Amino acid sequence: MSSSTATQSYVPKTRVGKVTDYVDSRVGGSGIIKEFGRKIFPDHWTFMFGEVALYTFIILLLTGTFLTFFYDPSMAETHYEGSYLPLRGVEMSVAYASSLDISFDIRGGLFMRQIHHWAALLFAASVAVHMLRVFFTGAFRRPREFNWVVGCTLVILSLAAGFTGYSLPDDLLSGNGLRIIDGVMKALPVVGTYLSFFLFGGEFPGTMIIGRLYVLHILLIPAVILLMIGVHLFMVVLHKHAQFPGPGRTNTNVVGYPVGPVYAAKAGGFFFIVFGVLAAIAAAFTINPIWNYGPYDPSPVSAGTQPDWYIGWVDGALRLMPGTIGNFDFEFMIPFPWGVNALSLNVLVPALVPATIVFALMFTWPWIEAWVTKDKREHHLLNRPRNAPTRTAVGVAGVVFYCVLWAAASSDLIATHFLVSLNDVTYWLRFLVFFGPVIAFMVTRRIALALQRKDREIALHGRETGRIVRLPHGEFIEVHEPVDDYKRYKLVSFDSPEVMVPTADANGKVSLLDKVHGRASRFFFEDRVAPVTPKELAASHGDHHDEIAGAKDRESIASH
Amino acid sequence: MKALSQRRRHPLAAFALLLMALLVTGGIYAAASTANQAQAQTTTFTADDVEEGSKLFSANCASCHGLGATGSNAAPSLIGVGAASVDFQVGTGRMPMQMDGPQAQAKPVQFTDEQIGQLAAYVASLGAGPSIPSEEILDPSEGDASNGGELFRVNCAMCHNAAAAGGALTQGKFAPSIDDTSERHIYEAMVTGPQNMPVFNDANISPEDKQDIIAFLDTIKEQGSPGGADLGSLGPVSEGLFIWVAGLGVVIAFTVWLTSRSS
Amino acid sequence: MIMADSSNGAPGTSVTVATPGRELDEFENPGLPPHRPRLADRDRRAEKRAERQVALLFFISVLGTLLFFAGYFFVPLDQSVERLRLQNLMLGLGTAFSMLGIGVGIVHWAKTLMPDHEVTESRHEIRPERDRQDAEKIVNDVLDESGIKRRPLIRNTLLGAALLAPLPAIAIFRDLGPLPGNSLKQTMWDTGVRLTRDPSGTPIRASDVTIGSAFHVIPEGLNEIENKLEEKAKAVVLLMRLDPEELNPSPGRENWGYDGIVAYSKICTHVGCPVALYEQQTHHLLCPCHQSTFDLEQECKVIFGPAARPLPQLPIEVDDEGYLVASSDFQEPVGPSFWERG
Repeated sequence: MSSSTATQSYVPKTRVGKVTDYVDSRVGGSGIIKEFGRKIFPDHWTFMFGEVALYTFIILLLTGTFLTFFYDPSMAETHYEGSYLPLRGVEMSVAYASSLDISFDIRGGLFMRQIHHWAALLFAASVAVHMLRVFFTGAFRRPREFNWVVGCTLVILSLAAGFTGYSLPDDLLSGNGLRIIDGVMKALPVVGTYLSFFLFGGEFPGTMIIGRLYVLHILLIPAVILLMIGVHLFMVVLHKHAQFPGPGRTNTNVVGYPVGPVYAAKAGGFFFIVFGVLAAIAAAFTINPIWNYGPYDPSPVSAGTQPDWYIGWVDGALRLMPGTIGNFDFEFMIPFPWGVNALSLNVLVPALVPATIVFALMFTWPWIEAWVTKDKREHHLLNRPRNAPTRTAVGVAGVVFYCVLWAAASSDLIATHFLVSLNDVTYWLRFLVFFGPVIAFMVTRRIALALQRKDREIALHGRETGRIVRLPHGEFIEVHEPVDDYKRYKLVSFDSPEVMVPTADANGKVSLLDKVHGRASRFFFEDRVAPVTPKELAASHGDHHDEIAGAKDRESIASH
Repeated sequence: MKALSQRRRHPLAAFALLLMALLVTGGIYAAASTANQAQAQTTTFTADDVEEGSKLFSANCASCHGLGATGSNAAPSLIGVGAASVDFQVGTGRMPMQMDGPQAQAKPVQFTDEQIGQLAAYVASLGAGPSIPSEEILDPSEGDASNGGELFRVNCAMCHNAAAAGGALTQGKFAPSIDDTSERHIYEAMVTGPQNMPVFNDANISPEDKQDIIAFLDTIKEQGSPGGADLGSLGPVSEGLFIWVAGLGVVIAFTVWLTSRSS
Repeated sequence: MIMADSSNGAPGTSVTVATPGRELDEFENPGLPPHRPRLADRDRRAEKRAERQVALLFFISVLGTLLFFAGYFFVPLDQSVERLRLQNLMLGLGTAFSMLGIGVGIVHWAKTLMPDHEVTESRHEIRPERDRQDAEKIVNDVLDESGIKRRPLIRNTLLGAALLAPLPAIAIFRDLGPLPGNSLKQTMWDTGVRLTRDPSGTPIRASDVTIGSAFHVIPEGLNEIENKLEEKAKAVVLLMRLDPEELNPSPGRENWGYDGIVAYSKICTHVGCPVALYEQQTHHLLCPCHQSTFDLEQECKVIFGPAARPLPQLPIEVDDEGYLVASSDFQEPVGPSFWERG
């Protein structure tokens, strides 16, 4: 540290020292180096997804900036005169023509467009996987709840960034996407028509929408994403990274590699790796072949018109909702004194309800779980997903729900590629959208509990070696190889909360909230597998069967 | 063998096995599906052709379409469907139909070109209908691909997909991919409207416009995708699946390598 | 802040914890496993080899960059898709090698040659409790000194003003678009407007439309008007001819077709995609976006999918020259529902 007074006690000797001294005495940078230069980050492959998201975002900024230099968001009409012969002379918007020019007449433009779009898909995918990692390992628990909320906001922002970008080429595919947005918007009661007219600057499609989406896509949304990323990373530094439990790892320490040099090298190198992987994909695989779709025109449409995967689930929901069931009509004509108004629940329900449920659960989950467990402690040790069976099952149910809806958005492709009836695919998916998550929940919880039991088995008796030995008196046994202390600690160091039974207050009454809480607690923790205790280990020579805590669970074992 | 049995337990063994299985299935499928049909066809029929065609018809088609092609409960009358219809249906293997189903599907052709010509001559002799198009009108080099593209998008893309990759219809029916369909069969499908496809008669799309459409299809097929492999031209769903499976898969492989300890 | 014990959460007021104090039964944390040196730590030759591998990877990156420039300068674009594909491949693979060479090289360097001892750092409190007390006191003092609690008049008027002040920021967006007015309820179709082919705009004779055919139709003059796409988005029509026996017009609509020729709006009543798929044998219309299916034999009633309303029919007739013309505009608004639709 240097001081800015004339009498300096610190005289830098190395060249690095001179540079830091120069900088520090002006802007005080050495504090940052002291804080971060040797900060410890735990290492696990699942911790890298957030980095993938960050790096793809940087790649999006770099490639997107290139694209803005050539893209023209005007909806004025023009006739294409570029290099792509099958569209020569076709009437189209300037926006579409400039997208074609980027693809065909600007060297490297096609590569930039493809890497930008592939990066956008990977960005949304890595955000989703990062979020799932945080969810399944319980990293959203205190003190990280706010960061979870920031992350959820980033999910929504990445969807918005993706959709506004998807619409910009003004080709047939994106135009039909906007048409659907317009239709959904118009279905909103009271304000819908006005919102649509304001967004499109008049009747659909108008001449304003591309320019407006462009401003959102290149200015507003990326700015908010950057801000949110800043907050997100600030909190990561504040909390320090959580780590998986294991030998040497406690709730009060963090074990891993220092930023300088190992972690910085790995993380920095990883940026180049992500960039390289995306470049290789963009080199060899077409994405969004806008030249196939042609300019937007309200009359044509292509078979297989779908949105990108991250919006696909809403489209799938729109496909699954029936307009009428028997004679019951989901579009209501409501008589008012001033006339009849239309309420299209066949559009509103699928467009809003699944997304509302999913995002409401996502945003509030840290508090829901904390309420059920009544756990107010700080958690810096992650859960292995199997050690939180109910949470894991809820997460898998959510993933299945998403996948069913995305499959619904590709119902026509499923029909043609598996030679089944489009209508049957829809009926099946209508069934699965309700029962798929339930089945997934039950199966996942069973699998998680079974894996926990396997862990207990290994902790108590060691690994099966496959070696069968015959004892002198004729009995055959399989030799088990005991696990060492370090491996065993990994298998036994977890919490297994138990059901909390509501108790009566002074008046002998149980409040409704407590009853609900008791029921929720039972739902979460009724089936549980307790970690092995040292006592059990010592006694493990004999008793084989007393390994499951909770009578209910023992029954379920017997019946399975 | 010992090495193999040891490696079997390697974490990557399952992936290697899966990859091998995929390659083998893909290879067999590719080998099995390269059967293509020949072209070249004379459009003038002789009385002999009609005579031979009549015999072939009685032997192969009359059980459903009736003697004299007057139709039955099982199949429609063929009077007035024209030579083009026969050439398309039989020439793509759709007829004779293999089994009842939502629609007749293309399969290996059952007759020689000569026999198809004779059948066509016979059916054409029963009543006036669209004839087999001439070679000149099928020549894609004479067409205007960009006009054809516009017509294709308005009239065809909603069923056959903007890149001609095909699409679904109701109740198990589908509009097939027309990637590998010959120019003549494309033309014949437009004028005859096979199965659930609407008819695009010459008043709707003129023969020159049809030639433009064929030129467009020919162009996009010949040139391929400028961006590399086209992933089936199926749109955002195949792109989404690709990034989840291949893109994220490769990235995850790198993360595992990156966080593992060096030996 | 960090709890040394690991009992099952803090007991709530009315909830008991089933087994408190289980920590006595827990395994001791054995601490970090002993460090295992890597090959490069033990073997000087392995270390040298790793060094060369890293350098080789960086060299591959250089080759990648060269490949990029080779593609950029030596593959001139000449309007052929094949050339473009080659250039895209070279630029992409060049970039990929250039990036992966650096990335893999650095990571390999870090993994094999940089220290791999795991380091333990202790976590510290996010903020000392003392700070929280101080902060609470400061906030309370500030509030007291401002007097906002003691002076409800000031507080309430400020609240009111603050609620109103953002309104102009919303109102100023009013001119984003015009009000809907009647525009969604009318289209270009009118008595005597000819049906013409999309996109050429040539008129259609009734005799052109043979049984089984389907015409994609726009109103005459659409290609010449200024707001072409907006009008097209409402006016596109699908024209088909069926055996008149198969149509079952309801009373009052018998004259809306002409000898089996019928015209229906192509804009889906669900969310507005073009319902352009016509199955000429089953007489079904299918929307490719969300699979709503309409039955021509029942005046385009919805028989499957998410749409709730039939497609509006355009009444048509034939003029003196034999061309198909509209008898009137649609009798109801076309396209997706909206609140004011009625």
